Amino acid sequence: MVLHSLRAGCTPFKGRTRRRPATNDTNPGEHPMPDAASATTRPTVALFATCLVDLFRPSVGFASAQLLEQAGYRVEVPEAQTCCGQPAYNSGDNAHAAAIARQVIEAFRGYDYVVVPSGSCGGTIAAHYPDLLRHEPQWRQAAEELAERTWELTRFLVEVAELELPGVDHPGVTTYHDSCSGLRELGIRSQPRRLLGQVRGLELREMDDTDVCCGFGGTFCVKYPEISERLVSDKVANIEASGADMVLAGDLGCLFNIAGRLKRLDKPVRAYHVAEVLAGTAQRDAAIGEGEA
Amino acid sequence: MESRAQYFKPAAREALHNPDLQQALANVQAGFVGKRKFVVDRFPDFEGLRERGRRIKDHTLANLDVYLEQFEAQVHAAGGHVHWAGTQDEAQKIVTDICRQADARIVTKGKTMAGEEVELNEALEAAGVETVETDLGEYIIQLAHEPPSHIIAPAIHKTRQQISDLFNEHHHRGTLKDKLREVPELVDEARGILRQKFLSADVGITGANCLVAETGSLFLVTNEGNGDLTHSLPRVHVAIAGIEKLVPTLEDAATQLRLLARSATGQDMTAYTTMVTGPRRAPDTDGPEEFHIVLLDNGRTRMLEGRFREMLRCIRCGACMNHCPVYSAIGGHAYGWVYPGPMGSVLTPLIVGLDRTRDLPNACTLNGRCQSVCPVKIPLPDLLRDLREEQYQHNLTPRTTRWGLAVWAWFARRPRLYNALARAGIGAMGRIGRRKGRFRHLPLAGGWTAGRDFPAPQRTTFQAAWRQQRGANR
Repeated sequence: MVLHSLRAGCTPFKGRTRRRPATNDTNPGEHPMPDAASATTRPTVALFATCLVDLFRPSVGFASAQLLEQAGYRVEVPEAQTCCGQPAYNSGDNAHAAAIARQVIEAFRGYDYVVVPSGSCGGTIAAHYPDLLRHEPQWRQAAEELAERTWELTRFLVEVAELELPGVDHPGVTTYHDSCSGLRELGIRSQPRRLLGQVRGLELREMDDTDVCCGFGGTFCVKYPEISERLVSDKVANIEASGADMVLAGDLGCLFNIAGRLKRLDKPVRAYHVAEVLAGTAQRDAAIGEGEA
Repeated sequence: MESRAQYFKPAAREALHNPDLQQALANVQAGFVGKRKFVVDRFPDFEGLRERGRRIKDHTLANLDVYLEQFEAQVHAAGGHVHWAGTQDEAQKIVTDICRQADARIVTKGKTMAGEEVELNEALEAAGVETVETDLGEYIIQLAHEPPSHIIAPAIHKTRQQISDLFNEHHHRGTLKDKLREVPELVDEARGILRQKFLSADVGITGANCLVAETGSLFLVTNEGNGDLTHSLPRVHVAIAGIEKLVPTLEDAATQLRLLARSATGQDMTAYTTMVTGPRRAPDTDGPEEFHIVLLDNGRTRMLEGRFREMLRCIRCGACMNHCPVYSAIGGHAYGWVYPGPMGSVLTPLIVGLDRTRDLPNACTLNGRCQSVCPVKIPLPDLLRDLREEQYQHNLTPRTTRWGLAVWAWFARRPRLYNALARAGIGAMGRIGRRKGRFRHLPLAGGWTAGRDFPAPQRTTFQAAWRQQRGANR
């Protein structure tokens, strides 16, 4: 029946305990350096970078780590991480998906929190692992325990870390795409907007249909490229109509899809992961799909 | 109708390049989505209502045998006849036999998706009975010899111009000089033709929006009043409904109707809501002399037993397709059978068979918008994923996909090897693409690069860069 309650409600996170940093001894403008004393008092976050960030955009991983450290957490990147298993899971290959889920559970055992700069991968871990492993009671229990500790980045920064951004500037007009898994599986909507509200000079202008799928859908975009192209074309049209010069989202899959279409159409709108703007690194790094200066 | 779901891909491609269809579909999003949001937002506790609807359906499905028997007894008590149809063939035989016994020459029909499911029109025409659809949308597609493309707006794929041309061709043999342009003109013309049919029909066939076990009643909701004329004017009324349409009480039916109108058309209530209990009784001034209800199984008890039971909660409102970006892009016909969109992508494989419907569970981004608007909270993305798992287990997943997944999973489970290979591969890819920032073409990625550039990776992988920067232990 837990399976059904998980499916029915999208709020498996209610009632979570928070463990904020015990001491606020770090100057939020600086990267706290690890030392033996603070390592014992500060809770540790394991960063699950996700395969897309690992392969294609490390700057998102570094931006995420920086934000978590600014909030006073110790950040580790467990080496045994590759992918969350979603490609197999969404293709019906549950055996391989379960094998990878067990590997992720092992790799992330013992950390206070697991933070993921993706609603999609975060959703797979937090909303689907327990269902995927439902036939193996011990693993299922471990999956539920991991789900309790797993957070999407922006939600963690707002609801657990209660991060106040230290003076970040990013002048310009920005629009935000709500990635589907984050929005509907994890309830990510207000959190990134709240954080962006602290960025100086940034004007957030909502586009039409912010909550409609961009057409990425994992393997969907290569299995049904024509339908996917139509969906991302609609998304790009809405982005353009908003008048924004930058589009942000919390998922690299959607962003690669959107940026790929923007660039194919030679549109000047730049695409970044929201973490890159919040960490102030978007000013330095080339936008997704753009060449190095 | 025979399922054509195996032709999903070419049909979807054709739909994307059909300007008339694209023009017609533009209205779906604009109309249905906005109207639903308006009425749902002003309802005090729509979430609570959804939860109640879900619980009513789950309770009924858990005790379906009991409620079906109660319903049967109540229909008998009201003087009606109950028929059990296990399959399409049985449903066709039951209905054509009733028409034959009634000596029917003309049958009028209200909209019934169960009727579409068992190809009732084809069976009646084969039995020599003139069958006239009386729902305006159904009437239009009957003239066009097309299946419905939406479960509550069957002719949504037609533009006004196309409808005008159809009426001219069928009603005036193409002789009309001033073609009908405005909606009221078109409606008036159809009304004039249909009025004659209502008055001369021998049997009226309808669906049922819900069945009530405690009273043996059924509910019909329409916005045109055609349901009332279809069930009350002819001598014989036949209703056909899936067994999942049952609810225990009138109170439950009220909950379902409140959910249905809001979710379907964005109305607080449909223009006509009719409750039918048995045939005409002594003091009644009108109504049919005979009342028959055909309870259709057609794969539903099989669904009841397995992991897809939740799909039987469906009240056929169409909200899932109205909010589906894929449906909005390609319309309903590409799905190849009577039920399109998310609910159809679950139902069709379960009724028609997994092997002839391979695209349906996969042609979805799992974005979850359908589930978020479903009035009875059917977890459609989870059910679609479950169907993908069934496909995988039955070896219906393409071999290239299976091999690709197996190879990828082999590496993904060996992090050291994976990370080393990733670093080498990404380094090479980055060197080639870094200056421009993107690729217009990539080997093995034609599906992506047909309509999109592929952003180039940065210098190395995150894992490699992190460990270089922070040292091996962090």
